[in-house]
Amino acid sequence: MTTTFYVSAAVAIIATAMAVTRSHGVHALLYLIVSFLAVAMVFFVMGAPFIAALEVIIYAGAIMVLFIFAAMMFNLGQQAVPQERQWLKPGMWIIPSLLAAILLAQLIALVFAGGGRNLAAGIATPREVGIALFAPYLLGVELASLLLLSGLVGAYHIGRHLRRSDATP
Amino acid sequence: MTAIPMEYGLVLAAVLFAIGLAGVLVRRNIIFLLLSIEIMLNASGLAFVVAGSRWNQPDGQVMFLFILTTAAAEVAVGLALALRLASRFKTLDVDAASKMQG
Repeated sequence: MTTTFYVSAAVAIIATAMAVTRSHGVHALLYLIVSFLAVAMVFFVMGAPFIAALEVIIYAGAIMVLFIFAAMMFNLGQQAVPQERQWLKPGMWIIPSLLAAILLAQLIALVFAGGGRNLAAGIATPREVGIALFAPYLLGVELASLLLLSGLVGAYHIGRHLRRSDATP
Repeated sequence: MTAIPMEYGLVLAAVLFAIGLAGVLVRRNIIFLLLSIEIMLNASGLAFVVAGSRWNQPDGQVMFLFILTTAAAEVAVGLALALRLASRFKTLDVDAASKMQG
């Protein structure tokens, strides 16, 4: 199990780094799907099988499919990839990567300052998650439903304007 | 089964978050910006699940569910905005939308 964790973590990090640095959108999305599957494996090893399934179904399934549909709808043609390469000059990476690396180093130092603790070997079953979700966190569920409703209305509203502006240029 | 140190899980989450942050800072394509935000949200959810697994409580997984909801709502609105940007400016460059026109 420990080997599975380390291998999955390495795959997740490499795939995510590849996804961020690709110049072709669909390639990046496919790398990101690999990354999410690796993170789902990490969840499974940590004893969260329900969250692992949700990661595969919702993140790697629904959200990434939405991204791929959107990338296909944009259809910017062949000029998109050279343009993206032109935006991605190597010099642009230096300062943001340095800043992110400094924050990462601080975070890692802080994490290791806490003293060694191991993960519990138990599994939080979907039953426990459901009981916790619908008893103490019921208000959170209501708020999540409100958030999803507002997201739905917002996306519909913005998309509706898109069609109208196409009809009357 | 030998136990995994909690720090390694948190470090994995931190590394993924830093990669997403660098992506947000560097990229100009709105698709890649949304994608990097997804990476960051996923990394924060991973940190919650690691913490929940450390104390063997389901609360971390419940928080991951809420983060999942946030990510879904964010990506729907974000992609609608991206479609609008592409239809109006014929580009995915976020800098094209830097002028407000009343």
